[in-house]
Amino acid sequence: MRKTGDAWFNLVTFLFALSIPLLLLLLVAILIGQALPAIKIFGAGFIISSSWDPVKETFGALPYIYGTLVSSLIALAIAVPLGLGAALYLAEVSRSRYKEYLAVMIELLAAIPSIIYGLWGIFVLGPLFGLSMLSGGVILAIMILPTISAISREVFRSVPNILKESALALGATRWETVKLAVFGPARSGILGAIILGLGRALGETMAVTMVIGNRPEISASIFAPAYTLASVIANEFAEASSDVYLSALVELGIILLLITMIVNGLARLLIWKTVGKSNIF
Amino acid sequence: MDSVKDIGISEPQRIRKIDVFKLNAWFDDKQALKNINMKVYENQVTAIIGPSGCGKSTFIRCLNRLHETVSGARSSGDIFLDGENILRPGFDEVVLRRKVGMVFQKPTPFPTMSIYENVAAGIKLYGRYSRSDLDRIVERSLKHAALWDEVKDVLAKPGPSLSGGQQQRLCIARALAIEPEVILLDEPCSALDPISTGKIEELLHKLKKEFTIVIVTHNMQQAARVADYTGFFLLGELLEFDVTKNIFTAPRNKRTEEYVTGRFG
Repeated sequence: MRKTGDAWFNLVTFLFALSIPLLLLLLVAILIGQALPAIKIFGAGFIISSSWDPVKETFGALPYIYGTLVSSLIALAIAVPLGLGAALYLAEVSRSRYKEYLAVMIELLAAIPSIIYGLWGIFVLGPLFGLSMLSGGVILAIMILPTISAISREVFRSVPNILKESALALGATRWETVKLAVFGPARSGILGAIILGLGRALGETMAVTMVIGNRPEISASIFAPAYTLASVIANEFAEASSDVYLSALVELGIILLLITMIVNGLARLLIWKTVGKSNIF
Repeated sequence: MDSVKDIGISEPQRIRKIDVFKLNAWFDDKQALKNINMKVYENQVTAIIGPSGCGKSTFIRCLNRLHETVSGARSSGDIFLDGENILRPGFDEVVLRRKVGMVFQKPTPFPTMSIYENVAAGIKLYGRYSRSDLDRIVERSLKHAALWDEVKDVLAKPGPSLSGGQQQRLCIARALAIEPEVILLDEPCSALDPISTGKIEELLHKLKKEFTIVIVTHNMQQAARVADYTGFFLLGELLEFDVTKNIFTAPRNKRTEEYVTGRFG
């Protein structure tokens, strides 16, 4: 009797576990089905065209891809030095008992709803940089900071202490110890943390939509307004009047999904490689 | 300063390299070392023995002030290296660690560096060297560590690609490259097989001609084989310090006798 119970337990938990990847497959299948009309009409040209005209029903994704990538790269340029610096301080430099509070405060940034970031962005970044690519990038930078700093802190901590002591015993200063004994073993994990942050930035919708200006143009200036894949879907989905229009928006969604899946997969692989290997000592 | 005779050593007078006075060490509230007074003689091998948790690792980690890098750890007392108090506030631990090198329990080559880079890692902290100078230092250090013949054709390979015993000799070479005067070894053979252990012990015999060596070991046979002097630690105290022969054949303290004859520990 008790054995039968166990078999049921196995089966039920297995089905629960299986339901999650199935859900993902279903999601992708539905998206592709919905995007099929646009894929048929525009083909590969969809990705390289920059015309977006719902009236003439010509759609191209390029300005949105550009806006998504560039705003995320600006975010990285700001958040990587800040996040790694904070993580280094917390993991390697500070010997204060209060550093845990600082760590919690940084991680609390992740708990702030994205709409609040958007509001803050409108009032603070708007007057500074206008509604522009730069404002979008700065908002994203603040939002991905906790991701980058929390994960790279874990990666730094996973470097065996005995390695750090080996560097100290050679007469290395704290900074030299980090260079000798920490950056090497941690490098793919750090890269993973950065890419995970990038993944968050690419998919972020609300806050960016509020400050980036929402104009589908490719401008060389980061002070000009721009538009991201996520933003245009959020803004235009409700008012998409024709089937082709709707289908084009869903295709933008597929492009976004593809980019974020690749980026996240890569990040997790890198983190797993570092943290998973760290028990060799 | 009390003389060598006070602790019953009948050997000819030797030069004191390190003089430890009233050394105490703590981890937070837990006292790990209690009032240690000990001497380390130049060009001799001094072994520190004792059961696990007796403070022997903490003791040698005080000698290069690595102890205090652990959060919550502190120490008091005086340690003189060539007459200079290294525990004095403001004494530069970087200068100290250039003179006092260390090898750890497990081989710790820097994992992303080649064999060559590992050996050169320490010396590069102290200045810019030309490639040919570095080549010379790396070769000399590896020869010193009795590893040159085994690795001279694979210097560009990653450090961790070597066997455990070779990695430990690589770490010795890395410590030797910065030309220290004292080498601390914290149970250097505990992760090694008997053949690798034999090689390291043989190496210590050669190295003591040029360096002063302090080795922590939980292997009493090892202490008996390699050390000229031995200190026996128990519960954070130095119970007995003497020439190795006396510790193993005529210990004055009953606890020492019980330990070296294997009755506890």
